[in-house]
Amino acid sequence: MPATDLPALYGRAEALYRDYSLGSVREWKARTGGLAIGYMPIYIPTELLHAQGVLPVGLLGARDDLEIIKGDAYYQSYICHIPRSTIELGLNGKLDPLDGVIFPAICDVIRNLSGMWQTLFPKALVRYLDVPQNFDPAIGGRFYRQELESLSADLTARGARPYDPEALRASIGAYNHLRRLVRDLYALRQAAPWKVPTSELYVMLRATVVLPVEDAIALLQAYRAGVEAADDRLPLDQARVLLTGSFCEQPPLGLIRTLERAGCYIVDDDFVQIHRWIKSDIPVDGDPLDNLVQAFLSDSIASPTRYIDRGVKGAELIERVRTSGAEGVLFCAPSFCDPALLDQPMAVRAVEQTQVPWTAFKYSENTGQFQVIREQAGTFADSIRLWSQA
Amino acid sequence: MSKDASQVRQKDMIARHFDRLAAAPDTGEKTAYTFVPGNLTELLLSFDLLPVLPEINALQSAMRGKTAEYIALAEKLGHSEDVCTYVKSDIGMMKSGNIGPTGQRLPEPDVLLLSYTGCFTFLKWFELLREEYHCPMAMLHVPYQPDGRITPAMRDYVVKQLKDEVIPTLERVSGRKYDEDKLKAHLTLAAQAEDDLVWVLQSAKHRPSPIDAYFGAVYYVGPIFSAFRGTEAAVEYYRTLRSEIEERIREGKGPVTPDGDMEQERFRVVVEGPPNWTSFRQFWKMFSDEGAVAVASTYTKVGGVYDQGFRHDPSRPLETLAEYCLGCYTNLGLPTRINLLAQYVKEYEADGFLINSVKSCNSFSAGQLHILREVERLSGKPGGFIESDLVDPRYFSAANIKNRLESYFQMLEQKRLGGAA
Repeated sequence: MPATDLPALYGRAEALYRDYSLGSVREWKARTGGLAIGYMPIYIPTELLHAQGVLPVGLLGARDDLEIIKGDAYYQSYICHIPRSTIELGLNGKLDPLDGVIFPAICDVIRNLSGMWQTLFPKALVRYLDVPQNFDPAIGGRFYRQELESLSADLTARGARPYDPEALRASIGAYNHLRRLVRDLYALRQAAPWKVPTSELYVMLRATVVLPVEDAIALLQAYRAGVEAADDRLPLDQARVLLTGSFCEQPPLGLIRTLERAGCYIVDDDFVQIHRWIKSDIPVDGDPLDNLVQAFLSDSIASPTRYIDRGVKGAELIERVRTSGAEGVLFCAPSFCDPALLDQPMAVRAVEQTQVPWTAFKYSENTGQFQVIREQAGTFADSIRLWSQA
Repeated sequence: MSKDASQVRQKDMIARHFDRLAAAPDTGEKTAYTFVPGNLTELLLSFDLLPVLPEINALQSAMRGKTAEYIALAEKLGHSEDVCTYVKSDIGMMKSGNIGPTGQRLPEPDVLLLSYTGCFTFLKWFELLREEYHCPMAMLHVPYQPDGRITPAMRDYVVKQLKDEVIPTLERVSGRKYDEDKLKAHLTLAAQAEDDLVWVLQSAKHRPSPIDAYFGAVYYVGPIFSAFRGTEAAVEYYRTLRSEIEERIREGKGPVTPDGDMEQERFRVVVEGPPNWTSFRQFWKMFSDEGAVAVASTYTKVGGVYDQGFRHDPSRPLETLAEYCLGCYTNLGLPTRINLLAQYVKEYEADGFLINSVKSCNSFSAGQLHILREVERLSGKPGGFIESDLVDPRYFSAANIKNRLESYFQMLEQKRLGGAA
C-alpha cells in the first residue's frame, strides 16, 4: 500500500485493535516458533523480552462489543472492568497463543488477578512484576535489577533465548526508535492536532502493542508520513485539552471520538503508556540491564501508580499542561480505578492552582452511551472557547 | 454484662494511649501515623514515637456512628464515591477537627510512616495526608509475595530501606539515635505476646469453641495490631486473656456474644474478609442468633500471620521486621490465601466458610469469588458470600445480609441432616 494511504493504514491498525483472537500473534508464533508473553498495563521492560526472542503482547482489556459472562462471575460490581474482560478472553481461549502473562504492580486488582491467573491457567508462565517504589539505585534499583534477572531466568526456563547483553543493547535501540516515533507523533499532535486526531493515533498505538517492535516502527513511520502528507486535514475551532486518568483500563474508541466531536482537541493523554513510560532514550552503552533499571528509576512518568518521593505531586501534570498548550484538563478515569481516583483530588488541586479549567467524568471500557459525556465535554469546550479569549 | 479482666485492661490501655496522644502537643511527645499491616511498632517505640493508626480511627469512628458524615464531607471535597471509605472517613475526620475515638483531639503527625504492605491504597492515602500535614514521610515499600515465599531479594530490599531510609528519618524526627538494644527488647516482648495470641486463636479448635475468632477476635487482636505490640502491657493483656480462655475451656463454655455466652454451638465457620464496622453488633448477632461461631478468620491475620509460625526474632531485628511485613495476610498471593483458608476449614473442623466482601478494599475483595470456588473445591465444604463495606453505612443492607446468612445456615443444616440420613 502507498505510504500515504491513510485509510488503508488505519484499516489495518483497526483490524489489529479489534482482533480479540490475537491473529497476528498466532501468525508470528507459527512463523518464528518464539514465545509470546502478554502483559497488563501500564509498563513492563519490553526490551528484555524482545532481547530473548519473546514477543511482548499488550493486554489492554476489551471494548463494548465483548459480552462479559464468565468474567462477571469472578468480580463484584464494585471492581473495575479490565480484569473481567481479561478473564473472559482468557477463559474463551482468545489468549491461547500466549505462553504467559506478566502482571506489573499497578494496583491491588491487577495484583490479585495474577494469583487468579496462576490457578486458572496453571500451565502458563505467570509473573507478578514488582516494580520498586524506592528510587535509590542502591536500594530500589538493586531490587528491580533482581526482579529483571529473575524474569529473564523464568523466560529462559520457558524456552526463550538466554539473556545476552548485546541482544539487549540492540533491543533497547529498537525500542528507543519506537519511543521516539511516539514522542514525535505526540509532538506533532500538539503542534497540529487536526493532523493527528487522537481517535486515529489511539488506534495506531493500540495496534502496536500486538506487533513485534520492528513492525510497530514501520506502522508508525507510515502513519507519520501519511498524516504529514494529508493536506486536506484543516484546523477547526476546537478547545485544546489534556486528558488524564486513562492509563490502565482504556476508554472505548467511541468515547474519544465523542470528545473530539464535542469540540475537544486532545493534545496530551495517558493512553497506551507502554511506549511513553520511559520519557527519553535509554543509553545503549554500558550494562544494558542497569540502563533499563536506571531509566525506570529516574526517567519514568509521574504516574499515579508511582510514589512521588522527592518531587511535587502534580508538578509533572502541570508541566504537561504547559508544554502541550492545553487550555483545559479532562479527568477521565475508569470507574473504580483506585490509582486514578485516589490521586485525582491531588491532581485537581494542582490544576486549580494554575487557574486552568477542568472537568471530570468516569467510564468503563465497555461504556456504550456517550450522550451525557458529550454534553459535559461540549459545554466544557464551549466555555474554554468563549471565555479564554475574553 | 460484666467485663472480663482482659477487656478492662485493654480499655485502660487504649484510654491511656489516647490521653498521651491528646497531651502530646503539651508534653512534646512525638507521633507517627502508620498502618496496621506491616506496622513497625517496636521500631517506633524504640524512638519513643507514639503510633497513630488511621485505619483504627476509621473503624472506631464507624462504631461511633460518625463515618456517614465524615465520608459525605470527603466526597464533597472531591474524593470519589468509588474509593476506600477508610480513607474518606479519615479525611472527613481530619477536616472535622481530628477528634479521635475517645472524643479527644488527635495530634498532627510528626512523621508519616508509610509501610506499603499489602494494600496499594495506603500509598495514595498517605500522599493525601502529606498534602494536609506537610510533615516528613518515610516510605517502606514491601514487595508482594505472589508465590507464597520470601526471597532473599525481597528481604534485603526491605532491610536496606529500613537502614537507609526509615531509620534515618525516624532519627531526624525523634531527635534520638537508633538503639538496637532497645528495639530488641521490644521485639522480645512482641514474641511473648504473639505466643499467647496464637494460643488464644487456636483455642477455637476445641468443641465448643471458647472464642469467636472473627467478631470476638477483633478485640483480641486490638492491642497487637495497634500501638502495643512490643510492650509489657501487651504481654500482660495476652497473658490475662489466655487465662480467661483457659477458664472457659475448663468450664465448657462457648464464646462470648453480644447477648452473653453462647449456649449452643450449631455451626462452625471460617470467615474471610474484614467485618462491617458500622453495624458491627447487628452483624455479629446475625451469626450468634443462629448459633454460628467463627472458628478462624483471615481478618485477624492482616496485622501478622502468627499462627503459621512467624514470631518476631530479637536476634535479627531488622530482618525479622522485614519478614513480618512481607508475611502479612493481604501481602500474600491468592493461591496462598486459598490454601490458608482451606487449611483453616480442615484444621478447625468447620462446617463451611463465609466471605464478607467489602466494597472498600480491593486488596481483600478482588478475586474473592475465585477464592470461594477454589476453597470449596479444596475443602469440600460449602462457601457463602455476602457483601457490605468497612465504614460506609450506605453499603450495609441488613435485610439482604441476614437473608443470605439464614439461607446459608439452613443449607448447612440440610447438608448435615442429609449426611446423617
